[in-house]
Amino acid sequence: MSTPQIAKDLFRDYRFLLAFIVLCFLLFLAVLSFFSPSDPTLWFSVPRDLPPSRQYILGTNSKGQDIFWQATFAIRNSLIISVIAGVISRIIAVLIGLISGYRGGTTDRVLMFISDGFLVIPLFLIIVMLAMLIRDMMNILTLGILLACFGWAWDARVIRSQVLSLREREFTRTALLSGTGVVKLVIKEYLPYITPLAFSTLINNMSWAIGLEITLSIVGLTNMDIPTLGTMLKWAMSYQALLLGRWNWLLTPVVLSVLLFIALYWLSVSISEYLDPRTRVQRVGGE
Amino acid sequence: MFVKRYLIPRLLQYFLVIFLGITIVFFIPRFAPTNPVQRTISEIRSRGTYLNPADVEQMVADLTRLYGLEGSWGEQYIEFWRKLFKGDFGISFFQFPTPVIELIKTALPWTVGLLFTTTVLSWVIGNIIGGIAGYRNNRLWSRILDGVVMFIRPLPYYIFALGLLILLAYVFRLFPISGGASIGRLPSFTLSYILDVLKHAFLPALSLVVLGAASWFQASKLIVQNVNAEDFVQYAQLGGIKERKIMFKYVIRNAMLPQITNLALSLGQILSGALITEIVFSYPGLGNLLFSAINTGDYNLIMGITALSIVAITTLVLMIDLLYPLFDPRIKYK
Amino acid sequence: MDNNTVLVTENIKSYYVLDVGGSKKVVKAVDDVNLTIRKNEIYGIAGESGCGKTTLMKTLYALMNPPLRFMGGKVIYYRDDQEIDILSLSKEERRKLRWEYIAYIPQGAMSIFNPVIKLKETYRDFLDSHLSGKTRDEIFEIAREHIKELGLPIKVLEAYPHQLSGGMRQRVAIALAGLLKPAVIFADEPTTALDVVVQRGVVQLLKDIQESLKNTIILVTHDMGIHANISDRMAIMYAGKIIEEAETKEIFYNPLHPYTRFLINSLPKFGDKGVRASAPGNPPSLANLPTGCPFHPRCPEKTDICTREVPELVQTGEEHKTACWLVSKGDE
Repeated sequence: MSTPQIAKDLFRDYRFLLAFIVLCFLLFLAVLSFFSPSDPTLWFSVPRDLPPSRQYILGTNSKGQDIFWQATFAIRNSLIISVIAGVISRIIAVLIGLISGYRGGTTDRVLMFISDGFLVIPLFLIIVMLAMLIRDMMNILTLGILLACFGWAWDARVIRSQVLSLREREFTRTALLSGTGVVKLVIKEYLPYITPLAFSTLINNMSWAIGLEITLSIVGLTNMDIPTLGTMLKWAMSYQALLLGRWNWLLTPVVLSVLLFIALYWLSVSISEYLDPRTRVQRVGGE
Repeated sequence: MFVKRYLIPRLLQYFLVIFLGITIVFFIPRFAPTNPVQRTISEIRSRGTYLNPADVEQMVADLTRLYGLEGSWGEQYIEFWRKLFKGDFGISFFQFPTPVIELIKTALPWTVGLLFTTTVLSWVIGNIIGGIAGYRNNRLWSRILDGVVMFIRPLPYYIFALGLLILLAYVFRLFPISGGASIGRLPSFTLSYILDVLKHAFLPALSLVVLGAASWFQASKLIVQNVNAEDFVQYAQLGGIKERKIMFKYVIRNAMLPQITNLALSLGQILSGALITEIVFSYPGLGNLLFSAINTGDYNLIMGITALSIVAITTLVLMIDLLYPLFDPRIKYK
Repeated sequence: MDNNTVLVTENIKSYYVLDVGGSKKVVKAVDDVNLTIRKNEIYGIAGESGCGKTTLMKTLYALMNPPLRFMGGKVIYYRDDQEIDILSLSKEERRKLRWEYIAYIPQGAMSIFNPVIKLKETYRDFLDSHLSGKTRDEIFEIAREHIKELGLPIKVLEAYPHQLSGGMRQRVAIALAGLLKPAVIFADEPTTALDVVVQRGVVQLLKDIQESLKNTIILVTHDMGIHANISDRMAIMYAGKIIEEAETKEIFYNPLHPYTRFLINSLPKFGDKGVRASAPGNPPSLANLPTGCPFHPRCPEKTDICTREVPELVQTGEEHKTACWLVSKGDE
């Protein structure tokens, strides 16, 4: 099917459409950060604790920063972290899934034992320990990589089972018998099936990474100088915005992250239903 | 047959996961670019305390011993396991010199109580409501519920808990903001104390139950729709078996089986969620202890909490796996 | 209607309405079928797979799950001189009618029982839903009696479905159908996927039940041998329509439709070593039927009119109806 046709089919789902619009809006905000009048890391660049006004759309915080421009940076950085985490962990997941599914035998058993272990162990605590390790060199890149190291286990399993079912098909045997190299076979015959899978899991993984970034910020393990949705929330919390009722400061990151999570989720639900109609919520049923 | 083909490999896997998990817990702090001893001292300094050089030397020696950093890594590793078997996780730094195990013992009942209740509740509620909604998926209430879940399901624990806290404790002052019981209240088995505890537990529990149930709801609804298409459900309909019976005994009963496995697989995540929720509500369980440990750089305490969690979760998963055949007569481990 | 009739259908149409990438696709699985089925007979329906046999059975049983839709016509049962239009019944009335008056033996008994409960529980659910005021023990007693009467081993009640062989499961399904002494039993390919020896036992059980209940069995199978064996009258179905109907003997001795002849010739005959002719080609897709007689692309005797107009099912002898231009031409 052609790309415009796929897009047309997807946009017919209202959830995809809404999620797409919301994401476009958030991306627009992220891009706006490049036009910010002030450096987001500076304190006291504007008067403190102002309510929303024409000059400061969302008001200012107790650190003397414009909340609106802070938010644009926060979205940008959170998205970058999640993309780094998502893309790297997709690469790991695809590699492990491919090797495990294709080689089988002991390799498969060892790799699946590791990914099972990842699923069972309370990963959050391990991530916390590692985050403490690299606390001093915590930045967007290192955080992204850290999260990437832990976000692949489930998806590697999904990809592996896809590879297993592909391997049973006729073309694998035919291709191998006719002397096609393994690498070429994988690229030509497997990737077309695995790419959509990797993409649909990417969205879920990004959402997971953003959530974990927020959590790590709240427990104080990220670099507080880099504005992200997590650090913005953490600053608001540590300045008692909740008790003092500075809602503009506190709710900005909350509302933005809620929008982001819901949009990403709806996008992924819509895409995975498109890829696998069996999961589609049937609109008709019963007798 | 069961023992040889299934139980022994499964037990081996269980011990291997624990062994590797604990080993990782042991090694992570040892790869730190900064020595935890140095870090602790610099943290004390950063709080503005003046330390004279002689004291520092003494402190380094003491801390090295307390952190179990004496000798080679091999020696430390063996010592670590030896102490672990005795339930000795070393001494906490943030509440010096309380043993880590004592701190965990105080916090554990709160976490276990919260976690156990909410996990069971959300699993049961999510599966039953999701099952009914999946069976009657053309009803209006089922679609509305599905719509609501589409908004709740994607939210991470922290954001959802914070939202509830803002809404139900600040905007509408229905519940206490934080804590496990009213301040200054001593534990006792009186009705008013229990009510007080329940009132404090309500918001954290609500937030865990709603989020958990939302996710079970969706999974269950999806599974039910596949079970609905099974021959035995069609046959029950052909036979004019009463709808309620088909729904519960045929559809939901069968849909719950994969959810048992899913429960085992998500226990680790559920624990993480509970820890985070505790932090939001300053609930006096392991989550809060972890929070303090992170903030004070208390490696021993974090290692203790993590090691304990690994053992507890893998043991629970093992138990669920071993109990599974009770629910599914087809499994015989042939 | 004489009081020997149990079921009449008038021009029933059941279509699958599918939504394929935004456009509607209609599969005419049952198209304009008229049947009159009598009390105390075994009525056979034959045809290749995909000709709409199972859909016809489901329509008669009023089990219509989307995307299958009932598009028109009537299905009337006669119960104690009362006309029952099954498709206009309320859900609860329909539920009660099932198993008490009409019962069903579905295709592929391998997976028709709830895998996590014992068969006695399945028995209990069937009995519980239709009999009131019985205790648990009384119900199990009825189940035991019933199994014993039919000569099945009593221990099947204590077994889980996966512990029984395919043949035994099929037998239990047949036994269950007769449980509440229904007037009509629908049997959809009851012998498919069973080996020949087991098939005979299953057919015998079906026959036994019919003889003891003196009721009607509507038997769908593609296996003409089984029809020859037990059907009293039979119909041949092709592409959603009945194309020939007569007494079974008449069908075998005097088949009028070329398709019927193909079906009969494909049967192995004693001492016949020649190649058996089956109809060339494949049955047409019900979503994309040819114009005219749906059989004409495979028909060796087709004429001009066959490609243009659909033949009606007309009387071509006493108790014999055929839908073919070869036989109905003379009437024009």
